[in-house]
Amino acid sequence: MKNPIELGSFWLPRQGSTLAERIDSAWAAAYWVSVLFFILVAGATVLFAIKYKRRSERDKTSPIDHSTTVEVVWTLIPLAIVISLFFVGMRGYVHASVAPAEAYEINATGEMYLWTFTYPDGTTTVNELAVPRGRPVRIILSSKDILHAFFIPEFRVKQDVVPGSYTSVWFEATEARETVLLCAEYCGSGHSDMMATVKVLEPSDFDKWLEGNNNSDLPPEELGKLLFAKRSCATCHSLDGTRIQGPSLKAVFGREEELADGAKVVVDENYIRESLFNPGGQVVRGYPPVMPSFKGLLKDKEVDALIAYLKTVK
Amino acid sequence: MSQTVTTLDVNTAPDGGHGTDYIRAQSGIMSWLTTVDHKRIGLMYLISTFIAFAMGGVFALILRLELLTPKQTIMSANTYNQMFTLHGAVMTFLFIIPSIPGALGNFLLPIMIGAKDVAFPKLNLLSLYLYWIGALFTLSSLITGGIDTGWTFYVPYSSTVTTTSVLSVTFGVFILGFSSVLTGLNFIVTMHKLRAPGMGWYKMPLMLWAIYATSIVQILATPVLGITLLLLIAERAFHIGIFDPALGGDPVLYQHFFWFYSHPAVYIMILPGMGIINELISVHARRRIFGYKAIAFSSVAIALVGFLVWGHHMFTSGQSEFAAIMFSFLTFLVAIPSGVKVFNWIATLWRGSISYSAPMLYALSFLILFSIGGLTGIFLGMLSVDLHLHDTYFVVAHFHYVMVGGTVIAYIGGLHHWWPKITGKMYSERLATISCALVFIGFNVTFFSQFIMGSRGMPRRYYNYLDQFQPLHAFSTVGSWILGLGFLVMIICFIKSLRSGAPAPANPWGGLSLEWTTASPPITENFVRTPIVTKGAYDFNTENA
Repeated sequence: MKNPIELGSFWLPRQGSTLAERIDSAWAAAYWVSVLFFILVAGATVLFAIKYKRRSERDKTSPIDHSTTVEVVWTLIPLAIVISLFFVGMRGYVHASVAPAEAYEINATGEMYLWTFTYPDGTTTVNELAVPRGRPVRIILSSKDILHAFFIPEFRVKQDVVPGSYTSVWFEATEARETVLLCAEYCGSGHSDMMATVKVLEPSDFDKWLEGNNNSDLPPEELGKLLFAKRSCATCHSLDGTRIQGPSLKAVFGREEELADGAKVVVDENYIRESLFNPGGQVVRGYPPVMPSFKGLLKDKEVDALIAYLKTVK
Repeated sequence: MSQTVTTLDVNTAPDGGHGTDYIRAQSGIMSWLTTVDHKRIGLMYLISTFIAFAMGGVFALILRLELLTPKQTIMSANTYNQMFTLHGAVMTFLFIIPSIPGALGNFLLPIMIGAKDVAFPKLNLLSLYLYWIGALFTLSSLITGGIDTGWTFYVPYSSTVTTTSVLSVTFGVFILGFSSVLTGLNFIVTMHKLRAPGMGWYKMPLMLWAIYATSIVQILATPVLGITLLLLIAERAFHIGIFDPALGGDPVLYQHFFWFYSHPAVYIMILPGMGIINELISVHARRRIFGYKAIAFSSVAIALVGFLVWGHHMFTSGQSEFAAIMFSFLTFLVAIPSGVKVFNWIATLWRGSISYSAPMLYALSFLILFSIGGLTGIFLGMLSVDLHLHDTYFVVAHFHYVMVGGTVIAYIGGLHHWWPKITGKMYSERLATISCALVFIGFNVTFFSQFIMGSRGMPRRYYNYLDQFQPLHAFSTVGSWILGLGFLVMIICFIKSLRSGAPAPANPWGGLSLEWTTASPPITENFVRTPIVTKGAYDFNTENA
C-alpha cells in the first residue's frame, strides 16, 4: 500500500463507507459557512485597514459606539446558523452511533501495540481486518491494557478503545480495496506504528478468506510460516539477525539466551510456548518486556506449527 | 487630542521630586526578590514566562525537525514522546496560562484602575514564588528521565504503564494551580475595592473586564485540576483504583475531571488575549470601541458557559451519546459571544484612523488568525464531523490557531503596545514590523498545512507516519523555521530597544486609559496623587467628531 489513505477531495480521504457520505456533507456545510465568514471577517479587516489608514494626526474618527439593531442582527444570524449546524452534526452522529440490527459482528482488541480481530466462527487475525463489501459490519472494541482509538480515515469512523468496557463502531464498506486502520489515542512508544490493514472483500471472497484462515490442513512448517506473517511477528522479530524491538529469530532454536535476571535458558519447545503465552516471564536481557500474550489467540496446533517453522529458520 | 482622564498632578519627570521610577527605585537582587511592587512582580513574570516560551519554542522546532521525514530523523520515539509532552506542558502551564495575567495583568491592572498596587501585594509575590517552585518541579523531569504522557496525563497510561517522572510534573502543575488561583483572587478583590474615584465598572478599560472574567474561571476551575492531579498522584503511588479499570476504576472519569478544568483553562488562555485586542484596536485606530457592554458581557458569558462544554473533548471517548449531544449544543452557544467580539472589533476599525504601528499590525493578524481558529472550531463542535477529525492534526492546527494565532499574537501585540510604559524605551518600528510579518507568514505555513493533513487522516502525537503525508509535514517544518525567525527578530528588537531605544514619552500612542497619564516608566506608587476619573477609557474624538 503506497498510499493507504487515498484522497477523495483536496481535504478529505476517499469515501470508503456509507457513513463517509453523510459525514462529508456535514463537513461541507461547516466548510462553506467558514469560508463565507472568513471572507467577511478578513475582507472587512483588510479593507478597513487600507481605507481608514491614518493620514494625519488630526484624523477624525466615527463617534458611533454602538447600534442595538446591528448588534442584535449579528448575534441572531450566527446563532441560527450554528444551531442548524449542530443539528446537521447530531443527525450524522446518531446515525453513526446506532448499528443496524443485522450487522455482522467482529470483535477487535487493542493492546500495546497491535490489533487483534476475532470473527464469529472463531477465526482470529492480527493487524489484518477483512470485511465484506456492502454489508453493515459492527466492530465491538475492547482494550487489554490502556486507551487506544480505532480510526479508519477512509470510513470516517473513530472510537476510543477503553480498558474495562466495550465500545463499538459500525460501517458499511462500499468498495473492494485495501486501506488502513490507525490508532488515534496516544498510547506510548509504539503508538504511531499501531496500525492494521483493512481489506474490503467482495462477499464471496470474504467467505473464502474466512475459510482460508482456518488453515487446518497445511503441513506444520507451512502453517507456521503463514502464522508468523499473519500474526505480525516480523514487526518485532527479524529472521536475518537484525535487531528490532525483540531478539532476532535467526537460528533461534537451540540457542542459549541470557535472561533479564541473569539466568541462562536454551530456546526449546517449552521456552517458545512459554514466550508466546507468558511473554513477560522470561525476557531476554537487553530487550523491553513489551511482547503481548497470545494466550487464547493460538490453538495448540498453531503453537506446534510455529515451533516447527522456527526450527527451519537457520 | 484632548486628555480626557483627569489627574491632578501627573508625574512626568522620574526624578522630579515625586520619587523615582519603579525600576530604579531600589537596586540589588534582593530588592527584586522581596519586592511587593506589582510592576516589579509583573516584570519578573514577564521574564520568567518568556524563558518558558523560548524553551517550549525550541522543543517545538526540534519536534518539527524530527517530523521532516516519516521514520527516525534525529531522535528516538521515546525522546520524541517526552519532548512533545514537555512542549505541551511548558507552553500551557508555564507560559500561556500565567503570561498575560502574570505579566501584563500584574503590571497594568492597578495602574489602569488608578490604584497604588493590587489588594494583597505580598500574596502577589507569593504567587510568583509558587510559579517558580511549580516550574522547578515541572522542569526537574528534564533531568530525571522526562515524562511521556502528553500534557493531558491520560490514565491508565500515566498511572500504570509509563515509567517516566509523572509524579514530579503533576505535582509541579498542582503547585502552579495555586499560583493561578491566588493571582485570580487578588485581581478580583483589587477590581472591587481599589478603583479610583469616578471609575465605575463601565469606565474600566475592557482589558480589565477580560481579566476579571479570567480570574473567575481561575478560582473556580483550577481547584478541580488540583484535586484531579492529587487523585492521579495517589493512583500512581498507591494504586487506589479510582481510574484504573484493572482495580475497578474508570479511565473516562479522569477525562471528565481533567477537561472540567482544562476546557475553562482554554478561556483562561484566550480571554486576556481578547482583552488586549480591545486596547490595541481602539488606541491605534483612535476610535471609540464599538459595543462596550456587548464586549464586556461577552467576556463574562464566555467564562460562565465555558464551564459547561468540557465534554466536547470526549465525543469519541465512550461517554453517553446523550452527553455528547448536550455538550455539542452548548459548545455552539459559547461560539456566539466570541463571534460578537470579532464583529465589534471590526466595527471599531470602521471609520477609524488606523495606524500601522506594530501593536495594530498584531491586532489585525489576530483578527484573521483567530477567525480561522474559531471557524475551524465549528468543524470540531459538529458531532459527526468530529468523529473523523478528533485526535488528528486538524485539532492540533485548530488549537494552535486559537492559542498562538490568538493569545500569543495578542500578547506580543500588547507587549509592543505597553513596552514604552514598562521599560521607558521606544522600540524600532522597522524591526517590529519585520518580525510581525515573519510571524504571520511562518505561522500560517506551519499550521495551515496541518489542517490539510488532519482532515486527510493524519493522527496527532505520531512519531512515524505514512509516507504520503511527508510533503505536508516538510512544508509545516519549513514554516516553523520562518516562525522561529520571526520570534528571534522580535527578541532582538526588544533587546535593542533596551540598549539604545529612544526615551518613551508618557503617552506615545495617544491612549486615554489611566496608564498613559503616568510617567514611562511609572514611579513606584504609580501616581503622585490618586487620579479622579471623569470619562471612559475610549472617549476618542468626543470634541471634534
